[in-house]
Amino acid sequence: MSSNTPSSSAGGVGSADSSAPRRNSKRPKYSKFTQQELPACKPILTPRWVISAFILVSIVFIPIGVVSLFASQDVVEIIDRYETECVPQDFRNNKVSFIQSDANKTCTRRLTVTKRMKQPIYVYYQLDNFYQNHRRYVKSRSDSQLKDNSSWNDVSSCKPEDDSNGQPIVPCGLIAWSLFNDTYNFSLNNQQLAVNKTEISWKSDRDSKFGNDVFPRNFQNGTLIGGKSLDPTVPLSEQEDLIVWMRTAALPTFRKLYGKIERDLQPNEVIHVTLENNYNTYSFNGKKKLVLSTTSWLGGKNDFLGIAYLTVGGLCFFLALSFTVVYLVKPRRLGDPSYLSWNRNPGGQ
Amino acid sequence: MDSKTPVENLYSIEPALSSSSRRSNFSAHSKSVGRSSIREVSFSDLGPKPVKYGSRGAESETYNMSQKEINDEDARLVQINDPVKTNERFEFAGNSIRTGKYSVLTFLPRNLFEQFHRVAYIYFLVIAVLNQLPQLAVFGRFASILPLAIVLLVTAVKDAYEDYRRHRADKIENNRLASVLVNHEFQQKKWKDIQVGEIIKIHANETIPCDIVLLSTCDPTGVAYVQTINLDGESNLKTRYAKQETLLKIPEKENVSGLIKCEKPNRNIYGFQANMEVDGKRVSLGPSNIILRGCELKNTTWAIGVAVYAGRETKAMLNNSGAPSKRSRLETHMNLEIIFLSLFLTALCTVVSVCAAVWLRRHRDELDYLPFYRRKDFYEEEEDNYNYYGWGLEIVFTFLMSVIVFQIMIPISLYISMELVRVGQAYFMIRDTQMYDEPSDSRFQCRALNINEDLGQIKYVFSDKTGTLTENKMEFQCASVWGVDYNSGKGSSQDQKDGYFVEVDGKILRPKMVVKTDPELLQFARSGKDTKEGSHVHDFFLALAACNTIVPLIVDTPDPTLKLIDYQGESPDEQALVYAAAAYGYMLIERTSGHIVIDIQGERQRFNVLGLHEFDSDRKRMSVILGLPNKSVKVFVKGADTTMFGVTDRSLNTSIIRATEAHLHSYSSIGLRTLVIGMRELSTSEFEEWHSAFEVASNALMGRARLLRKVATNIESNLRILGASGIEDKLQEGVPEAIESLRTAGIKVWVLTGDKQETAISIGYSSKLLTSKMTQIIVNRNSKESCRKSLEDAIIMSKKLTTMSGNTNDTGRTLGASLTPVALIIDGTSLVYILDCELEEMLFELACNCSVVLCCRVAPLQKAGIVALVKKRTSDMTLAIGDGANDVSMIQMADVGVGISGQEGRQAVMASDFAMGQFRFLVTLLLVHGHWNYQRMGYMILYNFYKNAVFVLVLFWYVLFTCFTLSTAINEWSSVLYSVIYTSVPTIVVGILDKDLNRRTLLKYPQLYGAGHREECYNKRLFWITMIDTVWQSAVIFFIPLLAYGGSTIDASSIGDLWTLAVVILVNLHLAMDVICWNWITHAAIWGSIVATVICVIIIDAIPSLVGYWAIFQIARTGLFWLCLLSIIVAALIPRFVVKVLYQFYTPCDVQIAREAEKFQPRSESAAVEVEMNPILNQPRP
Repeated sequence: MSSNTPSSSAGGVGSADSSAPRRNSKRPKYSKFTQQELPACKPILTPRWVISAFILVSIVFIPIGVVSLFASQDVVEIIDRYETECVPQDFRNNKVSFIQSDANKTCTRRLTVTKRMKQPIYVYYQLDNFYQNHRRYVKSRSDSQLKDNSSWNDVSSCKPEDDSNGQPIVPCGLIAWSLFNDTYNFSLNNQQLAVNKTEISWKSDRDSKFGNDVFPRNFQNGTLIGGKSLDPTVPLSEQEDLIVWMRTAALPTFRKLYGKIERDLQPNEVIHVTLENNYNTYSFNGKKKLVLSTTSWLGGKNDFLGIAYLTVGGLCFFLALSFTVVYLVKPRRLGDPSYLSWNRNPGGQ
Repeated sequence: MDSKTPVENLYSIEPALSSSSRRSNFSAHSKSVGRSSIREVSFSDLGPKPVKYGSRGAESETYNMSQKEINDEDARLVQINDPVKTNERFEFAGNSIRTGKYSVLTFLPRNLFEQFHRVAYIYFLVIAVLNQLPQLAVFGRFASILPLAIVLLVTAVKDAYEDYRRHRADKIENNRLASVLVNHEFQQKKWKDIQVGEIIKIHANETIPCDIVLLSTCDPTGVAYVQTINLDGESNLKTRYAKQETLLKIPEKENVSGLIKCEKPNRNIYGFQANMEVDGKRVSLGPSNIILRGCELKNTTWAIGVAVYAGRETKAMLNNSGAPSKRSRLETHMNLEIIFLSLFLTALCTVVSVCAAVWLRRHRDELDYLPFYRRKDFYEEEEDNYNYYGWGLEIVFTFLMSVIVFQIMIPISLYISMELVRVGQAYFMIRDTQMYDEPSDSRFQCRALNINEDLGQIKYVFSDKTGTLTENKMEFQCASVWGVDYNSGKGSSQDQKDGYFVEVDGKILRPKMVVKTDPELLQFARSGKDTKEGSHVHDFFLALAACNTIVPLIVDTPDPTLKLIDYQGESPDEQALVYAAAAYGYMLIERTSGHIVIDIQGERQRFNVLGLHEFDSDRKRMSVILGLPNKSVKVFVKGADTTMFGVTDRSLNTSIIRATEAHLHSYSSIGLRTLVIGMRELSTSEFEEWHSAFEVASNALMGRARLLRKVATNIESNLRILGASGIEDKLQEGVPEAIESLRTAGIKVWVLTGDKQETAISIGYSSKLLTSKMTQIIVNRNSKESCRKSLEDAIIMSKKLTTMSGNTNDTGRTLGASLTPVALIIDGTSLVYILDCELEEMLFELACNCSVVLCCRVAPLQKAGIVALVKKRTSDMTLAIGDGANDVSMIQMADVGVGISGQEGRQAVMASDFAMGQFRFLVTLLLVHGHWNYQRMGYMILYNFYKNAVFVLVLFWYVLFTCFTLSTAINEWSSVLYSVIYTSVPTIVVGILDKDLNRRTLLKYPQLYGAGHREECYNKRLFWITMIDTVWQSAVIFFIPLLAYGGSTIDASSIGDLWTLAVVILVNLHLAMDVICWNWITHAAIWGSIVATVICVIIIDAIPSLVGYWAIFQIARTGLFWLCLLSIIVAALIPRFVVKVLYQFYTPCDVQIAREAEKFQPRSESAAVEVEMNPILNQPRP
């Protein structure tokens, strides 16, 4: 930003050599460091720099904003909110009792594709008002137990889902216990639409966090069933729904990957979804949504970042312009000593 | 002190040289008397008798105290030469010392105890303890105590290192050797094994191992000379005496025994009371009979003494305490801001707990079943509540937990950073070559480490004159002898080059210092006393050579034929006079207890010193009574003119007196210190009368000092004025320029001096403190009423002068010209009436109107009083600078005390916060280092507030989205490391190294110092602006990712990592934006800590057992992450950047303009500055 100004050695040099003959002198050794005269760059915000900086920011930001907006626009998203629709009319006043009953919870939804969707199409479920980041909730897990079969009874941190019937639960804790258990079946033109449920979780989690020798044990055996049961013959590292669920969401509204549809969908195609509405979000007025979405380099559909970039870029452009005007209207010579306070009003020191 | 010598054949005078044996004069009948400040004398037919010296500074009050019996219970009994019996109850300390504070065992508890004296540490300890409660455990055990542990550890390591060095020094000290009497034989013994009661023999140039009472010395009269440089820094020799009763005992041959009863160990190094029983006689002992640990024996072949205090009970060790600690103003202000921050913290916590309360209340029916709450543990027998303690308690816990989570709102790291920054700043101040004093080989010293930044805000400088503005190297300039002015400035003959010397046995003896001489006067001096002028000149120089307490020391030089005479003495004036006398051929060769030898124009003459009345501050003169070789007795007196003219015989030579007075006036008006010399010949009857009176007075038990003063006053009367001397107290180099700079910088310089008004004013002129343009207001009254009156007049006058200029100010054009600066000159007598009463207020008002204040004839305590006067009434910072013991009170009173390590000893340095060699370094210290330190520290504090608050606010925003349960997305290790690793180093580096302006610019425009006066770098407004900026920045950091990732699959750890990196990069870039001077260290620190953060985050995320395993890799793979980061940084910094640019461009502060000038102004201009500044900066010293 500015030229390198190695500060000239104002006083030190002159006196540096005069002490040579003296032995054991306490004279401090002269060095640029000790005299605080290291070569240094001292940038100053000159109008030119300021305006260029603003222009640079706007040049960078506006295109990024445009590209981001386009990317976001390209993403096709089908969102279906079903938590109310999937409760029979009679139970609409008392959804909790419905969800806790043994009644048939199968429900069918129709989704119409609005735009062409290129594969892979991601299937998410979205929960609202579910505080996966609640302190009690996030603490209630045992990472050592998930990883390692030998510490299967390490459930001290899992309260209140630590053991049932005197036996430790694997996987223990509230998070695992509340595993989402709605299921979706998609069909297109009466044909089953395959949903790939593998590799929906992080590879790192499957490899290192969830052991392949750890099997569910004593899970969902208690009086209160929180969610999905796990197949005790499948090791945890292959229980991808669990792995996805255990990556607790940052915010109370979140999506979790359910699976991938690996074929393109054309506009106006109608997808029938047969879903089992098992999961109890009614006790906390949570919403449930099923989301089918394509993806872009930027992720899902979200215009915010594009707008933010355009705003910041535009603002910087505006600032650059207004600074230019201001500088032209009311310039000030930089470093002019006549602006020094004691020069402006003499004697006023 | 004093035992009496026998008086035989009292009043006959014998030629001095006839004496052969002095020892035979002593007999044993002595009585004990107290201390006094008089030498007593007696003489016998056999020759001069030894003279006893009292210690200086003994006053009649303390004298009376010494008469009191020491109570047995308050006394320590020392059996001479019987350490076992002495210490049979093992109550006295051994001689091993331990200055180290800690031992290996006590280090931990004691060091911790000392560290926890800081309130902030207690706060963090309480929080760490709270965190250990299971209900409140926010962080893991280890993580919660880590920050505090690191802070404690750093400090502890620092303390341990310092202590280790002390231990090492102790070990060396303890293992030194001394000769101790064991079984009638002196044997080498380690210092640490010496015990109270043992007899110790010390040889010349050895250091005294413990406090000992002298028994005998090589000198037959029992005199020993010691140097107390290690104790009080005074390099001149002091005399100590052994008692007559013990003088002749030879411990090797006879069994010396006796009992010393002395006071309990105390820290008064100038006082000692004891008595000794030897051979059935009781002898009293005073401070002149004891030699303290740490002194060195000089000029004395050996001395034997008995140890009375050892080890930590010695006076030297009891006095071993550091400088008093002061607290910087910035820190005081900062504490106020910390209170704001804690209120803010409380507010945040309250918000969280209120919200939590509302949420819990609203969902109270669902809590049992909520999947993310699950109040009930259904697996227990009776369905207990799990980790739920009822609504009320939950709220309390939420509050406490939020305090724990938001704890770094109060920046713990700031305290340790400030400490480190100050150490760094001190490092640079100490190593500044421009504050190194070549002649005294002394560096700048930082004795107090916590007020560096105060140096940038000094408004008042109180300066001592002698030794501070001036060199305190007195130089004899001119003399007025018998009414004739000999001003040596007139001519300089060639043969002065080497000065006067004498040859003895082929060896040349020459005074160490060469004094320039006046040829005419030299001529008279050489011509002998035959002419009338010659005899007056002879008497004059004889008085100069004799009437003093100087001890001549012969120093060898590499050249074997050349020896130098070094005159050692307590008063630099006397030294100057003796050197002058030597230059004129009256060379003092030897001074022993009873006589002096003066080489007069190559002929050695011996004079008996019959009596000596030491200088005291009431009489302001001293006199010596000499028995001349021609058997006449003369009294020579020298003293201040005010008291000397009162005791002259006015009837004689009125014209000469008048001429002398005129000369004195002209001398003092050119800034010379003047002394008047008088003489009187005593007739035998007068002498006898005096002698008997003197004897009586010296033997008196009560009020001895008063009696002796009376005797002195009687003999010092009807004097014939011989002449006067003018001694120049040379201004230190660069003082006028320094004062000029300080005044331009807006610092008010007050000079407080003990000199008389004329001298003070003339020094004022020569140091450019006063200028001819100034109107002088002089206040010297001697009653309260007249003081009030003159103060009232002065205020009116000064107001008139200032309002006059104010009027012209309004009318316009002729601004500066009409401004009449006012100088106030006030003397100590007036101050007596003014200080500590209602007149103080008036004086302050007056002084504020004046641009210069000069106080003359002030006593040490008045100096402190004046400093207090200003300190009490303004919030401005005061600095006191001085070099002598009389400045100590002022140095301690002022906000910043600076000691000059000069001629007058080290008391001032010991009491000071900073010490340096020359007054002119004050300019560099204040204008350069003070300015830098203030700017750096001010910025650092604000920045630390900001960086911690940003982080806390990010945590806070997140808490609003987690049901107010204090869970954090940022993982706990990052929270902990945030202030320890991620952001700590750059602020420290910037705090040490950033420079807003060059040294050259700062010296060129001293006005830039005003930035500190105006508190430009740290004030309330800046604090609040920073806090508003903080809120904005934290909001940007939090909400951009929140909105960008809203409703996506993002997990807490990933977004947490984004927030972590965003915060760290942002605060570091924020710092980068404010750094003014980028050198490679700054670059390394700022970019390095960003890299370090990334590495830490990666390491943390590579630990599989943590929740956030691999999160950073997952999120960094997405473009969204990088776009978020970029937009956060730009959006967060824009407002600050815009405000900064506008502010810098349209209302630039002086510092800003100067910085631009530094960069854009052509080189030639700055070169001119360099030339201009050179005289101040690095003029080669003569």
